[in-house]
Amino acid sequence: MIEAHGLTKVFRDKKRGVINAVDGVSFTCRPGQIYGLLGANGAGKTTTLRMLATLLKPTAGHAVIGGFDTVRQSQDVRRCVGFLAASTAIYARLTAREAITYFGQLNGLDLPKIKERVKTLADGLEMHAFLDQRCDKLSTGMKQKVSIARTLVHEPSVVIFDEPTVGLDVLAARALLGFIREYKSQGRTIIYSTHVMSEVEKLCDVIGIVHDGRMLAEGTLSELRVKYGETDMEEIFVKVVGGTS
Amino acid sequence: MNWTNVATVYAKELKDMLRDRRAVLSMIVVPMLLMPVLIFSMARIGAKVASKAREEVPVVMIIDGADAPAVIEGLKASKKFQVVPTTDNWKEQISDKKIRAAVRVPSGFEQALHTETPANVAIYNYQGEIKSELAANELDHFFRDLRDKTITARLAQRSLPATLIKPFDILRENVAAPEKVGGNMLGGFLPYIIILFSLTGAMYPAMDLTAGEKERGTMETLLCTPAARTEIVLGKFFMVLTGSVAAIVLSLVSLGISGALLASSVSGAMGGGGRGMAGLLPTIAPLGLLGVLVLILPVAVSLSAIVFTLALFAKSYKEAQTYVTPLIILVIMPTAIGMMPGIELNARMALTPILGLSLVCKEMLSGVWHWHYIGIVWVSYCVYAVLALTLAVRMFKREDVIFRT
Repeated sequence: MIEAHGLTKVFRDKKRGVINAVDGVSFTCRPGQIYGLLGANGAGKTTTLRMLATLLKPTAGHAVIGGFDTVRQSQDVRRCVGFLAASTAIYARLTAREAITYFGQLNGLDLPKIKERVKTLADGLEMHAFLDQRCDKLSTGMKQKVSIARTLVHEPSVVIFDEPTVGLDVLAARALLGFIREYKSQGRTIIYSTHVMSEVEKLCDVIGIVHDGRMLAEGTLSELRVKYGETDMEEIFVKVVGGTS
Repeated sequence: MNWTNVATVYAKELKDMLRDRRAVLSMIVVPMLLMPVLIFSMARIGAKVASKAREEVPVVMIIDGADAPAVIEGLKASKKFQVVPTTDNWKEQISDKKIRAAVRVPSGFEQALHTETPANVAIYNYQGEIKSELAANELDHFFRDLRDKTITARLAQRSLPATLIKPFDILRENVAAPEKVGGNMLGGFLPYIIILFSLTGAMYPAMDLTAGEKERGTMETLLCTPAARTEIVLGKFFMVLTGSVAAIVLSLVSLGISGALLASSVSGAMGGGGRGMAGLLPTIAPLGLLGVLVLILPVAVSLSAIVFTLALFAKSYKEAQTYVTPLIILVIMPTAIGMMPGIELNARMALTPILGLSLVCKEMLSGVWHWHYIGIVWVSYCVYAVLALTLAVRMFKREDVIFRT
């Protein structure tokens, strides 16, 4: 379960002055649900997710994940969260197996458990062929599979995906979406951030549209369709953020 | 503090570093190879230049001396130099290295020798140029020899003993123990090498594990794990320290092996008669070397922590290089001052960063143990190390440092 209450993040930059990257964002995501965070580049999605992942501290507001406060109990939060973003790369000089094992160890798993998890994840993500290859020799799709495996190695109850299909081809992206659906079916809480409308339509149970750091609209796909009188997600998004179609 | 996490981070960083060619180069290959290459190439070049200079029969000119035919004949007959006809531009010829030296035999020189009136012989050369110096030395020997013969003849004429002008001999003998002599010679050089390698060994891992990780995007991945920031910092820091200590130890081992090989090759070249050559190479007090290594540990810790903190602040590897590289100059300057003769250790010097360390090391290698100065240096570096490491942990917890864009 994720509960965000008025999350706000202000950055102070010498050149650009005060920047309100996230401005009072609130939402709730329940177990067995995929919450889609939709927004253009620079809307504040990644900053919001970084606050949830305890990488950044909110300037105001707070968030509770799995019953733990993200500021006061950040280590407990990180134990139950898996965070995957374009900015979370894997170690090029380690093999896929070593990388997953390393993150398993840092998440407190013992070696037999890690071995079992590596096998399960490699089965599910079809990774056996490149499990012992160094990550710098892998294709983008293979690297993304390794990243997913390291995100899920400790079986987190909450998973945060920030634009996970960036750079993937159609087949790899489809396979990833399928994997996320399956993970949802296990009762996990999932946040999926993207600016690809079709992915939101296919995957998300609840959609939140953020723009200029603020949550402008929230609801299920059908609720948003009724509210904005459009069937196409892209048209709904444009109407919400006030752009021209 | 979960030390298992510290060990996990350290083990991963060590594995990662050993697979990185640049890291292996800076931590292992350079310290191992630099010393033998430097020592052997310098010894080889030095020996070659010296032997070539000695093999050459220097070309010299004689200025004036037309009324001193016996002296001129003596000079021309000498096999130590080759006399060529005098030209007006003899000074230019010395400067252009066409001739090596010239000697002015004053007018009426032989007459002056007979009449026992004073006369001055002047030798001209290119100061600092080895071949010219050798030529000037040969001319000097020739005229000293002539002077000694003249004195002996004059004393004999007057039936006076030779001891009249040489009433006693002066002998000079070294009474300092070989390790003291060696410590004095190597004492300045060894700390210089140790401090320099301590810094250079730490530099690459520090930059790669901080700014490099930020640039590659793996830092954020690591920070998502439940490992505490302090545990991550310590794991990484121990890797930086490993780089520093590895560079020191490998450079010292390499220096020792190179020195031993050089001694045996010199001995061999002298056909076994060079037994004494090994003795000519400076020896140092083994306990002094151990003391230097103990003292250098907090230095390696503080230098590693300083480099680590500076590199952590950078957002890219290139930026980290800009911050870290000037440290080399900051470290080399005081160490070089410590190498100068005549600089002596006192409380103020002991407290001066790097310089104090350099001077204390120099004394320990000579077998001199000033415990209060050693204490000052050791404690001050422990304080620097703790401060630098605390700063590194604080920096690592600051999101404006970790997510600097």
